[in-house]
Amino acid sequence: MGGKLFRNVSFLSATLSFFILLGIFVILFHYAQDAMHTFGWDFLRIDQWEPGEDDEGGVFGGLIPIAGTLLTTLIAMVIAVPLSMGIAIFLTEIAHKNLVKPVGVAIELLAAIPSIIYGMWGLFYFAPIIQHTFGGNGVGLLTAGIVLAIMIIPFMAAITRDAMNTTPPVLKESAYAMGATTFEVVKDIVMPYAKGGIIGSIILALGRALGETMAVAFLIGSVFKFPSKITDPTTSIPVLLANNFSEAQDLELSSMYLLALLLFVVSFIIISLAKFYFLGRGVK
Amino acid sequence: MSTEALSPSNVMEAETKQKDVMRVENLTYTYPGAPKPSLHGINLPIRRNKITALIGPSGCGKSTLLRAMNRIHDLYPGNRYEGRILLSNPEETAMEDILELKKENDLIRLRQRVGMIFQKPTPFPMTIFENVAYGLKLSGMKNKSDIEERVVAALQGSAIWNETKDRLNDSAMGLSGGQQQRLCIARAVALKPEVLLFDEPTSALDPISTGAIEELISELKKEVSIAIVTHNMQQASRLSDYTAFMYIGDLIEYNKTSKIFLNPDQKLTEDYITGRFG
Repeated sequence: MGGKLFRNVSFLSATLSFFILLGIFVILFHYAQDAMHTFGWDFLRIDQWEPGEDDEGGVFGGLIPIAGTLLTTLIAMVIAVPLSMGIAIFLTEIAHKNLVKPVGVAIELLAAIPSIIYGMWGLFYFAPIIQHTFGGNGVGLLTAGIVLAIMIIPFMAAITRDAMNTTPPVLKESAYAMGATTFEVVKDIVMPYAKGGIIGSIILALGRALGETMAVAFLIGSVFKFPSKITDPTTSIPVLLANNFSEAQDLELSSMYLLALLLFVVSFIIISLAKFYFLGRGVK
Repeated sequence: MSTEALSPSNVMEAETKQKDVMRVENLTYTYPGAPKPSLHGINLPIRRNKITALIGPSGCGKSTLLRAMNRIHDLYPGNRYEGRILLSNPEETAMEDILELKKENDLIRLRQRVGMIFQKPTPFPMTIFENVAYGLKLSGMKNKSDIEERVVAALQGSAIWNETKDRLNDSAMGLSGGQQQRLCIARAVALKPEVLLFDEPTSALDPISTGAIEELISELKKEVSIAIVTHNMQQASRLSDYTAFMYIGDLIEYNKTSKIFLNPDQKLTEDYITGRFG
């Protein structure tokens, strides 16, 4: 009796996540219909976001926020992946054990800071530094990308470190016993062994970077313009949605649903690709 | 050097060198942070092209001693060694003290000369071929056909060639436990070490795989000198030429295996061998 109940409850919990996923997709798809019919695939090429007179009609295109999202994420990943790997390798293979604990805790705490704090810190402290060093207005792609990187590094580093820690010590010892250096042990033993966890951490960080709203809203400049330089301000999908949602109606609202749907699908595709492509092959 | 080589002490060194490939002298070893040493004044010769077994109850320090002999302990900082561990050098008459080595490069060279096989098979996450070629590449070998030759020879020499020749490019993780352990031996043999240290190499294997490994170890002593830690008394008596009995960090007795097992000098050794404790 109790067994059956437990079985049903756990079955329900397990299927619930699937239905939530499906439900979100259906709602986004439904509300995006209007924009889909009006613009079709051109939505991806239009670089305008102009409501019409009297809030009737207008021209809305996703090119700029999509590009902004992908570019900030790209900048963040390019910076964060090598740094996180470096931190994880340092903590698992190089650092003295008296250092491992405090640095590890600091990293976990960094991962827990709410994103708005990163946004404020980035705007008031970091943006002027970027402006001074690279020119531009302070806010823009580069600033948003770098602060995004700083936000996802602790996340990625902590998961990668945990994955690397699962490498059996005896496996590392046997590589050292063959005459490997620390670098060679990391490259040939630890990284391949922890590959699943490392890719997992990158995927999770990627998902967070794609959808991050608050910090990016502070730092990207929220200007509907295609960036020509890396320091130019632009906008991203979540930022545009957060800024315009309260006032949008009809076609604009529908266009925003379409953008949300695109973000949903893009995140979904990236994560599935990464998961199935990288985790599904090679030595385990 | 040439005038010194004629002096009596050097002649004596040269003679013992013929017999001993390694000699542990008065070794006291303390783990990082440990208040007391785990090994107390150990003296142990490793005879050339013979098998030396280290036996004793769990925690007696036999693995600790073995791991000092290629300084794998040094991966974890804070160890203290006292005494000497001498290793004969093919190019020189005098033996060198491996505890004097400081630089990472010297330790790497040492570990290539004194290989180690662990309790559990530890195939690297690569193909069978790459597993064996790995150490060769680390040691700086570049020529593909040379590497291939050495890999094939090592696999043949480790009695695993027939099982692997058709699947050299498969992952080593797909082999059985016994095959993996022979692969690990092949990997160590490929480097042509002078000494091979076995740390309970069969304790994770079934009897048939154990038999194959034991046979392989007896074969290997033609090429290398061997020290083996084992819990299995029969294994020690079957395989080894010399046996050392250790107890709580002390080396109680060392002698020819037949002597240790038939007529040990120490009461403690006898008690252990006859299974009265341990």
